[in-house]
Amino acid sequence: MSKLNSNIPAGELTQKWTKYKSSVPLVNPANKRSLEVIVVGSGLAGASAAATLAEMGYKVKCFCFQDSPRRAHSIAAQGGINAAKNYQNDGDSTYRLFYDTIKGGDYRAREANVHRLAEVSANIIDQCVAQGVPLAREYGGLLDNRSFGGTQVQRTFYAAGQTGQQLLLGAYSALERQVGMGKVQMYTRHEMLDVVVIDGKARGIIARNLITGELERHFGHAVVLGTGGYGNVFYLSTNAMGSNVTAAWKVHKKGAFFANPCYTQIHPTCIPVSGDHQSKLTLMSESLRNDGRIWVPKKKDDTRKASDIPEDERDYYLERRYPAFGNLVPRDVASRAAKERCDAGYGVGASKLAVYLDFKANTERYGRIEASKAGNHNPDKETCMRLGTAVIKEKYGNLFDMYAQITGENPYETPMRIYPAVHYTMGGVWVDYDLMTTIPGLYCTGEANFSDHGANRLGASALMQGLADGYFVLPYTIGSYLSKEIATKPIPTDHPAFVEAENEVKATIDKFLSINGTKSVDHFHKRLGHIMWEKCGMARNKEGLTQAIQEIQDLRREFWADVKVPGSADEFNPELEKAHRVADFIELGELMCKDALNREESCGGHFREEHQTEEGEAKRDDENYAYVAAWEYKGVSEFELHKEELIYENIKVAQRNYK
Amino acid sequence: MSSLSKAFTSSIGKKFVMGLTGLFLISFLIVHVSINALIFLNDGGETFNVAADFMAHNIVIRIMEVGLFLGIILHIVQAIMLTSQNNAARPEKYAYNKPQANSKWYSRSMGLLGTLILMFLVLHLYHFWWPTKVSVYTHQEHNTFQNIVMIFQEEWVVAVYVLGVISLGYHLLHGFQSSFQTMGWNHKKWTPVVKTVGVWFSIIVPIIFALMPIAIYFGWVS
Amino acid sequence: MSTGNMNLTLQVWRQKNSKSAGKLVDYKLSDISPDMSFLEMFDVLNEQLINKGEEPVVFDHDCREGICGMCSMFINGQPHGPKDLVTTCQLHMRSFNDGDTIVVEPWRAKAFPVIKDLAVDRSAFDRIIASGGFVSVNTGNAQDANALPIPKIQADAAFEAAACIGCGACVATCKNASAMLFVSAKVSQLALLPQGQPERYRRVQSMVAQMDEEGFGNCTNTGACEAECPKGISLENIARMNRDYFSAKFISEEEV
Repeated sequence: MSKLNSNIPAGELTQKWTKYKSSVPLVNPANKRSLEVIVVGSGLAGASAAATLAEMGYKVKCFCFQDSPRRAHSIAAQGGINAAKNYQNDGDSTYRLFYDTIKGGDYRAREANVHRLAEVSANIIDQCVAQGVPLAREYGGLLDNRSFGGTQVQRTFYAAGQTGQQLLLGAYSALERQVGMGKVQMYTRHEMLDVVVIDGKARGIIARNLITGELERHFGHAVVLGTGGYGNVFYLSTNAMGSNVTAAWKVHKKGAFFANPCYTQIHPTCIPVSGDHQSKLTLMSESLRNDGRIWVPKKKDDTRKASDIPEDERDYYLERRYPAFGNLVPRDVASRAAKERCDAGYGVGASKLAVYLDFKANTERYGRIEASKAGNHNPDKETCMRLGTAVIKEKYGNLFDMYAQITGENPYETPMRIYPAVHYTMGGVWVDYDLMTTIPGLYCTGEANFSDHGANRLGASALMQGLADGYFVLPYTIGSYLSKEIATKPIPTDHPAFVEAENEVKATIDKFLSINGTKSVDHFHKRLGHIMWEKCGMARNKEGLTQAIQEIQDLRREFWADVKVPGSADEFNPELEKAHRVADFIELGELMCKDALNREESCGGHFREEHQTEEGEAKRDDENYAYVAAWEYKGVSEFELHKEELIYENIKVAQRNYK
Repeated sequence: MSSLSKAFTSSIGKKFVMGLTGLFLISFLIVHVSINALIFLNDGGETFNVAADFMAHNIVIRIMEVGLFLGIILHIVQAIMLTSQNNAARPEKYAYNKPQANSKWYSRSMGLLGTLILMFLVLHLYHFWWPTKVSVYTHQEHNTFQNIVMIFQEEWVVAVYVLGVISLGYHLLHGFQSSFQTMGWNHKKWTPVVKTVGVWFSIIVPIIFALMPIAIYFGWVS
Repeated sequence: MSTGNMNLTLQVWRQKNSKSAGKLVDYKLSDISPDMSFLEMFDVLNEQLINKGEEPVVFDHDCREGICGMCSMFINGQPHGPKDLVTTCQLHMRSFNDGDTIVVEPWRAKAFPVIKDLAVDRSAFDRIIASGGFVSVNTGNAQDANALPIPKIQADAAFEAAACIGCGACVATCKNASAMLFVSAKVSQLALLPQGQPERYRRVQSMVAQMDEEGFGNCTNTGACEAECPKGISLENIARMNRDYFSAKFISEEEV
């Protein structure tokens, strides 16, 4: 039944990529000069791919909707980037990184892709350092590492809390170098609104110049998407305001399969919603859980201040439920546990949708250590707190400042209030081993594809995947396709397929502007987000998902009848941009619910309430669901499921246990 | 344009000229203020006149004098060019700006302070430099000290001089450390020293300058 | 949940496009929560304008967590408003008082032309980077990351310079609309690292030449840029750039 061929090279796992690289067809330099590649998106995956392809000699056009490629949301990643360098001599290896990633993904990722990712991880660090990315160093002048969730080795490279920013600026500088040399043509403030498919192959895009509103046709022998994740389908997420699914969704509607859309990562430590005005959520780094204890009051609807609640009336629920891992359980587990407590009525703060992250115990402990270092072996409590606060400030000062800035509360005195928030989407456009979608000549990289994280992504792996795809994977694999295209002359953009695609886009724009309804785009986006969060969020069930599908279909009809998009098409019109994005989010939301409904198991970020153990833990069904669900668009609300079986030849599949 | 000439004409190049001439003028101020201070020996201007005479006739000093004027002119010309470029860099001004929140008024008013200094300088040259020159070329005896005593009998002259050196003080308060910054002489350990020296220099030098007309006016020296 | 109780008068720069003239327009807002960010307050304004059938205010923004550098509002005479070390998106309404009048303008500089309302074109920054703000190392050319040890003090200083988010607040606040802080941050980052050495003198000359060509003003060392920079980029970088520039022009034999 499946039309899916993942094109995984034969041979032993560790040799697949090496053999592939040695045997993949090459394109000679003269031919590269006449081959044009379109790269959409300028984040880690897009910028690195565009720069590398241009270095290799291809003619590249790169598009981003922001005013500069440097603004892509990769910039907001805080923690770090994994690489199997084993600089710390703690037994790390390519295999261990591969294994941790597969296990962290709850055994729902492809072995061959993940092993390749682990193989090239070390090259990424070399490349970035050579570009002048200032990664953290020790006094000896060598690179420092930190540990991160889900691993037992220190393999995470970082640049303070701004790792994403520094890596992106590295890729951006490589990209701008090519722009300066005339090898990449950069189109900022441009949004891709459709892909052009000619004779079954991707041959270009329709993009809107966001300043003038003009629709432009661009030809490419191949098209690469690096357009990021779709977390904003929930309205509130840690994504940037502009992050969207539009490019990915447009190619889906033109024939590219969309895989595992229901796999969403909910990050447990975010600053909670403060009111209806909230436009986005801010992450507090996972590292805080090293020193913070999470608790709620034992009494329901307790309105006392945190400091007035005595120790024996506090429920340290993670330590209670997971004594072995305590506050350091993986993200999905911690998030669900917080939701469970709040749903049961134990939440704190004005909204009751928050739990405490309390640093007091560890502040006191650090203070005692400091006092003892200074020779005071019997310090009073006040001394301990004073000395300990200094230690906490040193470790987390910038995060505490950010928390204080956003909430207006002093986290040194009162515990932080945190709540889970949508952070990353593991699902995305289905790609084969070459990162090619089901449309020949159309590639998808980074968070926009589905390939490497299975059902749950480990911390510090997103940056790794984006750069692996862009610097070291795609530039090789695309040669396999382009080597067969050297005879293809650039197709003039007055080709009927271009005209038709542009007319479709134009018709959609005209439709938006002509509805002239009564409600803003944001109004619909908020309602969609509410449905998704309540019924396709941290916990899902059949009834809720069925309702959600109906509600989203109703919402879609209402949107197309009653949305109000001010302004005109031939000007800088952010509301029109949002309308495109929200229209696509609504359709995607429905597919996410359908995918979640189809997957009758719990795995990673996907938790079906019907499928849990007696203790409330996720229960996978490897017998029936060890597959990638790749959906084919068949028309409005119609999607056909294709299954790619996941075969584990090198890893023994096991149930995750954190007790 | 060659790379080398760009070193003087680019944005940083023009600043380089400003900084360099500024530092040169500062070095002149040290000489000038030292000679002025001689009147406080209170010997009826005897030592002062010897120094003044030396400055007027020594060939090396007279060559340097040409350099000094060139320095002043270059400093002014560059300032005018920079200012006009800077104005052009923001054709439309802010309706509401609050520069006092992020910088000192005198650092933003170097053009104004410089203009005040220039106006003062014209008067100053007329008072002292011109008579000396005349005497040199007509081979007449010229008692500079007497000239000073005469000129500083007028209240308004004293007031103008005091205002002139106050302008100079604020100009230096920014200019001294700024020239080091422009030349790129910045160092974690030494920059704080430069800044402190700059502040004291900008206070002490103008005070000594100001004390001359004041002391003469009030007859503290004679 | 919190609908707040602040009443505000906004004076917002409205400009149809780069060619037309603009003006300040007054808007009254009520029930603003002190917990809102400044941009969320603008979301409220825009929602009201849309519902009234008027055109919403266009402004640049994206990550809303202070790192992408896209937001750019000149608020009551200061870029990113009155608080130190924050971007507009991280400025919260509790920094203002009930009844305040707040004037909001776009960045103003010849090199940053207004596109519409509060959005400006900062592509000059990209062109400056494209002229030399990189290390020329093609993918795959790199040696092992630990092959060159870098003293921690130098790596940290490079990181501090690299923290620049390219928002343009330095240009916006400088009385001369100078871009020296931005340019010097990139020049410094790469000048401090061994990887940046081969192109060190070439880079500084190219970037300064491009900066001049874009029409930015000259630095007069007022220090306003450093005071307003949301990432605390230091003036030391400008001195370092000047130093390198003179070395490049007077000592290096490479003509750029």
